[in-house]
Amino acid sequence: MHGHGDSQGSGRGAPVAAPRAPAAPADPADEAPDLGLFCLLDDEGGLADVADVPLEPALKLRAYREMKRIRLVDARMMLLQRQGRVGFYGTCTGQEATPIATGLALRPEDWVFPALRESAVMLVRGLSLTTYLCQVFGNRGDLLKGRQMPSHMSARSVRQVSWGSCIGTQFPQAVGAAWAAKLRREPVVTVGFIGDGGTSEPDFHAAMNFAGVYRVPCVLVCQNNQFAISVRQEHQTASSTFAVKGRGYGIPSVRVDGNDVLALYVALSRAAARARAGQGPTFIEALTYRIGAHSSSDDPSRYRSDAEVETWLQRDPLQRLRRHLVRERLLDDGAEQRLEDELNAAIAEAVAEAEPLEPPARESLFDDVYAELPWHLREQRALMLAEPAAAAHGGRPA
Amino acid sequence: MKTTYRECVRQALREALLRDPRVFLMGEDVGRYGGCYACSKGLHDELGPERVRDTPLSESAFVGAGIGAALGGMRPIVEIMTCNFSLLALDQILNNAATLRHMSGGQFEVPVVIRMATGAGRQLAAQHSHSLEGWYAHIPGLRVVAPGTLADARGMLPTALADPDPVLIFENALLYNLEGELPEGAGAVDIDHACVRRPGSDVSLVTYGGSLPKTLAAAEVLAAEGISAEVLDLRVLRPLDGAAILATVDKTKRLVVVDEGWRSVSLAAEVVARVAEEGFFSLDAPPVRVCSEEVPIPYPKHLEDAALPQVPKIVRAVRQVLHG
Repeated sequence: MHGHGDSQGSGRGAPVAAPRAPAAPADPADEAPDLGLFCLLDDEGGLADVADVPLEPALKLRAYREMKRIRLVDARMMLLQRQGRVGFYGTCTGQEATPIATGLALRPEDWVFPALRESAVMLVRGLSLTTYLCQVFGNRGDLLKGRQMPSHMSARSVRQVSWGSCIGTQFPQAVGAAWAAKLRREPVVTVGFIGDGGTSEPDFHAAMNFAGVYRVPCVLVCQNNQFAISVRQEHQTASSTFAVKGRGYGIPSVRVDGNDVLALYVALSRAAARARAGQGPTFIEALTYRIGAHSSSDDPSRYRSDAEVETWLQRDPLQRLRRHLVRERLLDDGAEQRLEDELNAAIAEAVAEAEPLEPPARESLFDDVYAELPWHLREQRALMLAEPAAAAHGGRPA
Repeated sequence: MKTTYRECVRQALREALLRDPRVFLMGEDVGRYGGCYACSKGLHDELGPERVRDTPLSESAFVGAGIGAALGGMRPIVEIMTCNFSLLALDQILNNAATLRHMSGGQFEVPVVIRMATGAGRQLAAQHSHSLEGWYAHIPGLRVVAPGTLADARGMLPTALADPDPVLIFENALLYNLEGELPEGAGAVDIDHACVRRPGSDVSLVTYGGSLPKTLAAAEVLAAEGISAEVLDLRVLRPLDGAAILATVDKTKRLVVVDEGWRSVSLAAEVVARVAEEGFFSLDAPPVRVCSEEVPIPYPKHLEDAALPQVPKIVRAVRQVLHG
């Protein structure tokens, strides 16, 4: 079974059933990697063999730990948002596997051009949780100096750029960064992300075409969580899969179970290796499901049923890996509880550290428009500083 | 040395490519074809396809890729065939190139240079002929320049490439055939200041780009009538050199702005507004704007001519400012 509505016998517009894998393809054409669904973890905790990418116990445990951490961080941030302590937040709940696998598959010199739900890649690649949370609070510890919404973070230290709120603009940029690496003869891989909705944007097609023509060292990933806010994937495309779109651009493409962190790790590692070896781009569709709301501003009950969400909860990426770890005796209930306690304590500590920091000084808003402050901004800053710093004038509330 | 504006652009590109391995040129038809305005003629054959790169026909892709390459440590020069087509990449320019430094708290910079042809006068109708530099001059985070002379066509590019921020260069297409003398060894020029191209005492003509030769011609006509016009070439449209504008008005007490953009909510409006705010008491007469008529630029020559600032219109505007 391959997850798409039509192959499940349901009509267009019907929800995509949660994939159960592995199963024999019904149609020989589905054996094509862009039509099938690449999975390694089965429902009983079994793991299919792969020869080319090692899946050591330490890697599996790390993947579990990182998925668990971002799930707990996201839950905590949504709670703070509901308490009015955080302005906006977008979780990756249910689709943790892709960002975590990405973080694990990349090298420090690689670049990431994310979409909305890949902030966790930065944590995997070494960004401190406190620094991450300072961005959510937009305070003086924020690398971005309070200038971006939460869930739109970037960090040079881990080579991750902020995504484009207009949707899709990061895709051509990823291709350009990959091209820069190619011109510089550097073995650097760039990973670009887009959502299922983003594939309808011109920049998706422009970037795919450019990447194919120039054979740049990039991995282009579509996280198909099946919703663009409320619009289902069936209303984004008439293609049988998103992965198959890669054929039109001459890019080898693969459709991966986006809730199988080990399959994603293998697919991303293979794609990165191809890119590093000068073999050009790969397009990956990660089929997943957005368990949470689009953002803290969204109410998903208006466009989908609890029963549908429940179906996908059965495919939860953490539970999938957990069953395998238990079966391999790498994890038990006690270890699970200790891990959760440890992560929760670290999160509480990071929140306590980040939240009280002062907001950025109001005059700092003129910095970084240009490398140097031009005369007209010096003038505007002076005018602002001549105003009293009351809350109404952008000062800190008393 | 006698040369053309086009050759100055070409020499500037060639020198930039030779001097810095991080620099490359990309755009539609810039490779073997040499660019639709022939500004990169011969550079592909001399320097190879990695340095002078034809791209697929997608402004958003090659501007976005330019931004990505700049983030990745290169110094790309992106050529957009005309500014009319740049609208296909507006999101990349406005929401990305112009904002990334600020939104990232200064972690990332986007040192991309984007060149594009602008302006009318070649009977190519509305979708090739608009002057949109004033729109771009509205956007914080960009530096916008408009070389109106051979020396600026030759010298603004190297300075733009040295700038750590995105720079947009608007080359008026009617200037490419402009002939003149370029001093031996002419090189980089500043991209901060306006420049008085002709000193005068009776009226200030503030202009830039493709309107500069017309404005200088008008000043010549006026001189024959005994009117001494000072011509200020803005050169840099963002950030505007406000001090130079105020200085010339303070000197002559009268202002005419010549701008090929549309009049309402325009660069010309900004110049007049600044003088109204900060130089009001210098003025002896209300300022006058000579702009394009507020219509899509038409195809037939007589209609196109009628839509654009022309020497007689500038001369009439000066007479109005001087004599009411």
